[in-house]
This record gives sequence, C-alpha cells and structure tokens, in this order.
Amino acid sequence: MKLPETIAGFQTAYRQKELTPREAVEGVLKRIEAVEPKVQALLWSDPQRLREAARQLEQGGGPTSATPLWGVPLLIKDNICVEGVPTTCASKILAGFKAPYDATVVARLKRAGALLVGMANMDEFAFGSSCEFSAVKPTRNPWDLQRVPGGSSGGSAAAVAARMIPGALGSDTGGSIRQPAAFCGVAGLKPTYGRVSRYGLVAFASSLDQIGPLTREVGDNARLLQVIAGQDPSDATSSDAPVPDYVKGMGRGIQGLRIGIPKEFFSEGLEAEVRTAVERAVEELKKAGAAVQPVCLPHTEYAIPTYYVLAPAEASSNLARFDGVRYGPRAAADSMEAMYLKSREAGFGPEAKRRIILGTFVLSSGYYDAYYGQALKARTLIKRDFDENWERVDALAVPTTPTAAFRLGEKLDDPLTMYLSDILTISVNLAGVPALSVPCGFTGKGLPIGLQLIAAPFAEETLFRIGGAYQERTDWHQKAAPCGN
Amino acid sequence: MRELTPTIGLEVHVQLNTDSKIFCGCPTRFGAQPNSQVCPVCLGMPGVLPVLNRQVLLLGIRTALGLNCSVRDRAVFHRKNYFYPDLPKGYQISQYDLPLGSNGYVEAEGQRVRVHRVHMEEDAGKLVHKPGEQTSLVDLNRAGVPLLEIVSEPDLRDSARAYAYLKTLKGILQYLGVSDCDMEKGSLRCDANVSVSDDPQKLGTKVEIKNLNSFRAVARALDYEIARQREVIAGGGRVAQETRLWDDAAGVTRGMRSKEFAHDYRYFPEPDLPPVVVESAWVAEIRRTLPELPRQRAERLTALGLSEADAAALTAAQGTADYFEAALKASGKGAAAKPIANWILGDLAREVNARGAADVAALGFGPERLVELITLVDSGKISGKMAKELLVECLKSGISPKALVEKKGLSQVTDKSALTAAAEEVIREQAKAVEDYRGGKETTLMFLVGQLMRKTRGAASPAVAQELLKELLAR
Repeated sequence: MKLPETIAGFQTAYRQKELTPREAVEGVLKRIEAVEPKVQALLWSDPQRLREAARQLEQGGGPTSATPLWGVPLLIKDNICVEGVPTTCASKILAGFKAPYDATVVARLKRAGALLVGMANMDEFAFGSSCEFSAVKPTRNPWDLQRVPGGSSGGSAAAVAARMIPGALGSDTGGSIRQPAAFCGVAGLKPTYGRVSRYGLVAFASSLDQIGPLTREVGDNARLLQVIAGQDPSDATSSDAPVPDYVKGMGRGIQGLRIGIPKEFFSEGLEAEVRTAVERAVEELKKAGAAVQPVCLPHTEYAIPTYYVLAPAEASSNLARFDGVRYGPRAAADSMEAMYLKSREAGFGPEAKRRIILGTFVLSSGYYDAYYGQALKARTLIKRDFDENWERVDALAVPTTPTAAFRLGEKLDDPLTMYLSDILTISVNLAGVPALSVPCGFTGKGLPIGLQLIAAPFAEETLFRIGGAYQERTDWHQKAAPCGN
Repeated sequence: MRELTPTIGLEVHVQLNTDSKIFCGCPTRFGAQPNSQVCPVCLGMPGVLPVLNRQVLLLGIRTALGLNCSVRDRAVFHRKNYFYPDLPKGYQISQYDLPLGSNGYVEAEGQRVRVHRVHMEEDAGKLVHKPGEQTSLVDLNRAGVPLLEIVSEPDLRDSARAYAYLKTLKGILQYLGVSDCDMEKGSLRCDANVSVSDDPQKLGTKVEIKNLNSFRAVARALDYEIARQREVIAGGGRVAQETRLWDDAAGVTRGMRSKEFAHDYRYFPEPDLPPVVVESAWVAEIRRTLPELPRQRAERLTALGLSEADAAALTAAQGTADYFEAALKASGKGAAAKPIANWILGDLAREVNARGAADVAALGFGPERLVELITLVDSGKISGKMAKELLVECLKSGISPKALVEKKGLSQVTDKSALTAAAEEVIREQAKAVEDYRGGKETTLMFLVGQLMRKTRGAASPAVAQELLKELLAR
C-alpha cells in the first residue's frame, strides 16, 4: 500500500491491519532515500536500528490505548536528547556526543510506541531562521530547493513537508517552529511556556524555549502534543495545568469564537501576498462562525530588541558548559585558559559566537541595568499586552512571517535582516503564550504562506479548534511539495 | 600616627547534611570513588535541568532562624557565571541580591556579631592534581552538594574574637543539625576579609584570605595579616585590595595573581528555577521546632550552679553537652553537676585532645561510667588520685570502672587495722618528723600522711590515714 502521510493515516492503517511497523519503516526509508539527497533534512538516521525497533514493537503486540503513537515514524530535532544517539545541536562542539539519557518528550514518545527515525537538521544551537547556520549542512525548502526551509527547526519542517515522516518535534525560542512551518507549508505549534517539559532539550534561552510538534495536519499536531504535554518532575518550569483531550476538542467547531486582529502585525514590511492570504484566511474563519474584531498590542515594536537582549543573555550562560572538559572535542593547549579558548573558538560557529558575545555583554557589570534590566521590564509590558486581550477575544490571527521563504545565502551576511524575519513570532515567546502556524496559501512563486493563531496560556485546544476548522474548509495543507521534481 | 584598628568579616561555607544533592537525586556521601556519585544533572550534560531539593530549603530556613535572621518569603536563585573545570555548567546556581536569610546575629562569648546574610548554593567539584603530572583530574562527586554561605558583618576586631565567632557558629550549626561542620572533610570552609584603618568609622582596604583549613589557621592568618597590613602602612605604603592565600606551613599569606580573581560573574535570575514561595506557616513551624541552642542550654546549666565559663565550655559542642546531661541524669541524686563538669572539662577533655577524638562521647567511656567513677570516689572506695589513674586504664581496656576496681582488687583501704603496720613503719622511719610533730609542729602530720600514702601506693584513704596516724602518735 501507499505509505500514509499523516499520523491519523498510520493509526488507521495499523488498526485495519493494512500495515505493519516493519513495512512502515521500509516505506519511510525508501521515501528518505528518494528525497533526502535533495532536501538534506537529516543529521542522523540508523536504518538497522530502526528496523530492530519496528521488529520489537511488533513482538510486543499491537497498539493499545497506552500506545497512541504505536508504529508512527517521527523525527526529532537535533537539540533534543535521545539516549545513545548523537545529539549535536548541529554544532561542531558536540561532534561525536551521544546523549546519555532520553529527554522527557522522547521518553514519552517511546512509551507511546513511536518509532524514532532520526535527528533533524537545525541552525546551530537553534540560533537562526534559515537552517544555514547548521555546522553540518544547510537544509533545502522542499517547495523550492534554492530557498531556505526556515529555522531553526528547518530539518523538522522540511522533512514533514517532503513527506518523509508524518510528524517531527522542533523547538521554538523566538519562532523556530512556526517560521519554518510557514516556510515549508506545514502545521507547527509553539506550546504555552511550561506546557511541555524542557528536560533534555539543549537549552538556548531557558525562559523562552518550548518543544512542539510539526505535522501536516492540525489534528496530528494535537495527537503529538497530547503525548508530550504535561507536568514533569524533572522540569521545575513545567506546569501542572491539566492536559485536555485535544482531538476531542477539535470536533466542537468555532461557531462564536472571538478572534482578534492586532494591527501591529500587519504593518509595513509585510509582503502583499502574505497580507492577502492571511486576510482571506480570516474571512474563511468568519464564514466558519468566528467573530472577528480589531485588537491592540501596543508594545509589539519592542519585541525584537527585547528578545535580542534576553535570549542571548541566557544563551551565553547556557552555552558555557560546552568547554571541552567533559564532552565534545577538546583542543590541544598548554594551559587551562588556552584549552577553553581554543576549544570554544573551534567548536562554535559564527552565529553562536555572535550571540554569546552579545549575551555576555548585556549581562556584564555596568551594562546589566541598561540592557538586561530594561529588557525584563519591556517583556512584562509585552506580556501584559496579550493578557489584556484574553477577556475580549479567544485567539489572535496574524501572519507567521512577513515574507515567504527567502533564497539560500540571501540574508546570511546580514544578521539584522535575518533577525527581522522573526518579527511576528518573537512576542509570543516573550509572553509565554501558545501559537500555531497553519498553511494558508501560496505566493505567485508557489511558496507556502503561514497563518499564525495565538491564544491565552494553556488554550492550545482553542488553537487546534480554529486550525482544524480552517483545514476542514481549505486544502493548502494537502498540497504536496515537489522536492525538486 | 593613630592606632590602626583591624576590621574582620568572615564568610563561612557549610555543606548541609542532606542525603541527596541540591538539584538532583545523587547521594552526598563523602569519600566515595571519584565520579561515582554523579548523574547527567550534576555532570552538566546538555539539556538537563535543576530541581530544588526541598530539604535544602528546610535546613536553610532552620539555619537562618537559628542565626536570628529574617527569612525571605521567596527562595530566588541566580546564576553566577565563570569558567573552571570543577564547575560543570560554567555557572554556579547561587543566590544573589535576595538571600534566604538576612540581618541576623550570633552571641559569641560576650560579643554580638551581626550576620549579614545566609544563602543557598551548590558546591563545585574538585580538581585532583597528581604529583609529577601535567594534567589535572576532575572529580564531580561534590558538584551539587548543598551549601549555605553565612556572611558576617565586619564586626570582629581581632583573631581571638574571630575564633570565638567561628566556634560559636559551629556549635549553633551542629545543634541545629544542619551540618557536621567537619573542616577536614571540607564540610565547613572559611574565608576571611580583613582591613586596618586609623579611623574606626571608616574601613581600610579589604584583603580576602583564602585557604584557611582550620579555626586555628584562621586566627593565625588574621594575626599575620593584621601585622602585615600595619607594617605596610607604617612603612608609608598602601595595602593593595587583593586575595591572598594562607600558607599554613610557612605561617604567611601570599598574594595571588589578581587576574585569577578579576571576575565579572554576570549574575542573572536562574530561569530554570521559578521562585519558591516560602510559606510563613512553614517558617513558623520550623521556628517552633528549633532545638535548644548552645546559649539557652548554657543558661540552663548555670542555673544548676555551674560557672558561666564551665557552662559555656560544656555547651559549645552538642556532643559534650549531651554527655554532660546524660551523666547528670544517670547520677540521679548521686553525683552533682560540678564534679561531672570538672571531669568532662578536665581529665576527659585531656583524653579527648590526646586521642584526637571528636568529643567526649567518642571516647567510648559512656556517661554512666563517669557516674560510676564519681560514685566510687564519693563513697570513699577509691581516692581522687586513684580515680584519675583508673580512668586512663578504663579507656585503654574498655572495662567499666567498677569492674576494673574489683578485678584489680583496687580499692581504697579504709580499714585502719589494715594500715596499722604500715603506719607504724612510717613512724619508725621518720623519727625527725615525729619529733617535730610531737614538739607542736602540727603541719608535719600531712607529711607523714603523704609518706603513708606512698607506702600503700595510694591505696590508703587519706582521711583514714590521717586519723590513724594521729591516734598512733598520740599514744
């Protein structure tokens, strides 16, 4: 049979005994063989190990209610630890490093019966918006191989778009799931801060990072979140808020839901084609029964500068452990200090160095109050902007990115322009709220456009309801990326 | 030139005696095989997160209360960033501008020393330098062991007071049961800040002294450093602000390269640990269950008739005070507080020192045995001198005083008839003294008693010996 393209499809095929995990694995491997040479989404995959995992799964019997992802092949972003597997954050400084433990999300996926196909490419340590800062290789956009897939979860998004696997995990600190999801035409969720355990996610900016799913369909996104969400005793920032039945919630439609349109997200710099596509999507939501009204997020303009103080500050500290002492390559040197300097000089790429320097600077004595202290205050204002809207509206609808996917190399030498591609996603992380990007059309050049839905903390259910209702009325998500063909 | 007054402040680090580390479940046992008590979290593996051990917070609050500090209503952690191979994450999780406890004090031998702050943090690992080799090895068993840092105000004026403060502090911490305070195992460490100034209202340039491995070393280093700073200033020089290392063998402090400590720690709030609310009801509960502290205990002992000095000495260490009270209880209406105290602070203390024992309780001579010993003396069974010798033998043999007396047939001779022959011998031998005594020089009697005691090798009861000699000489 033809390999299913969605998680729901796999579940049905297994239930109806039309497919076995071993057949699924062979199908996935075949698909990877066909498209990976062009897309370059994977950093690691071990076919023998995967076949063995499928065999063991079959020996253990069929799917049960405790194994909702039984036999579902998934990809993990390379900054999420999988025991015994190279987890390198696409960085030379972790070359050869194999994680000694499973991230909580990985343990939950394994328990749910998922088959972990491999590790997905990314910008080094999740620093970037194009996947070009991977120290290994750039990933290509399956819709146009000359264009970037977005980043930092570019490998995860491209692999889903290229239909190698029906779902992948990414991480989102400033847009790293939603922006590549938009560029690649897939659904990507940045959950509420604290909704998903960060234990085992190699930290970029601890107060902003969240792991989330990338899938073709919104329903699949809900299915993945269902498994990975929930409190984790190993992560003190994970929330004990109950995890609702997300898929069940989607059946309720969106009649009467109130959707806000913040004008600050439709300002200059937004490409006309993107604006038009998002406006049409909003019309579609109206037709589905949503009430649309304008809202105001007045501090949005401070999001980028605030983010580029706070995130590098935390990153500079989080990346201190990569020192060549306990793991990763250690440079030969004749003193301890030289060992640190040389190991880090050789191990980190240009964007990682830029952020470490920036973060070190804003935390240093004499500058802390002017930068870090101010940024904390600005963050509070940005968060308040969102909080004040949740009484009036259930969700916000905005573009995910100001433009569609750009060309490889186009912004590589211009960090500021690159940073601006996250302008519409960053405030969501600063506010800690959940946001879902769903495909909402194509540019004249055939590049996907993303609609970003934002909701109150722990209202992922609302996002799935709206995204699901939208996908019921549209077929953007069913279009197949050509992958160079 | 006006007198240069020293000002001293002490920073004490104590390891809390929790079973597991502050941010992971690894054990904290001392002396295990290198890197055998580690996990991804305390190794600083990529992706790990800290989770606060609530027991650390409990012991931190208990300590803050025991040191009369106010306790903050939130436990907030910061990251202190610096690179060193014994620091796996490249930062230490510590507390910064919002310490758990602040504004406390300690009454140290008559002086109130203010406690500036008490804060929680994680310990670092250890570098092991193999002699003759160029490389160092890293042992991370200690990484993540919970520490409290206790910082005094600069209220101390000399080394003796610093010593007294440390001793008092250690006593309090042991009474609180938060740390074993064993400097040899590194569970208590101390850095000293010292300056001298000719204006008591103004502090001089501060020098930090590190590598202080005993209270005695602290006192010696302070004496040395105060003298050094006075000399520098007397010579027209200026004291440099620096960190100096105490060289205990040479008895000097030596300046470190200033670069080694020119850190900008870039403190910022630890994003992995949300502030923990410290419920006031919980603090009240901890306050209510605080144990009696040395000072309160000493007051109780003075009420029993002990001198303040004796009471303070007995209660400084909990083990000693417990021993005293157990002995007092075991004696019932027998031995009184005073002789028990005398034994503990005299002969037993000497044995503790001679044997390098932790305290009197570690001698293997239980309080009931001390009571036995005192009862033997009180009942006249043995003399005080015999008791001292008996104690030494008891400690050597592990046999109880009573059993040993019986075994050796050692008992004070109180039967006059048993002493008569020896007494008559003394009178025969010491004709001159006998003549003097009979001539009215009564003090000579004590000399004769001494001779009789010697002849009986101390077995005679001095009182009986005196009475007998008097009778015989009166004939």
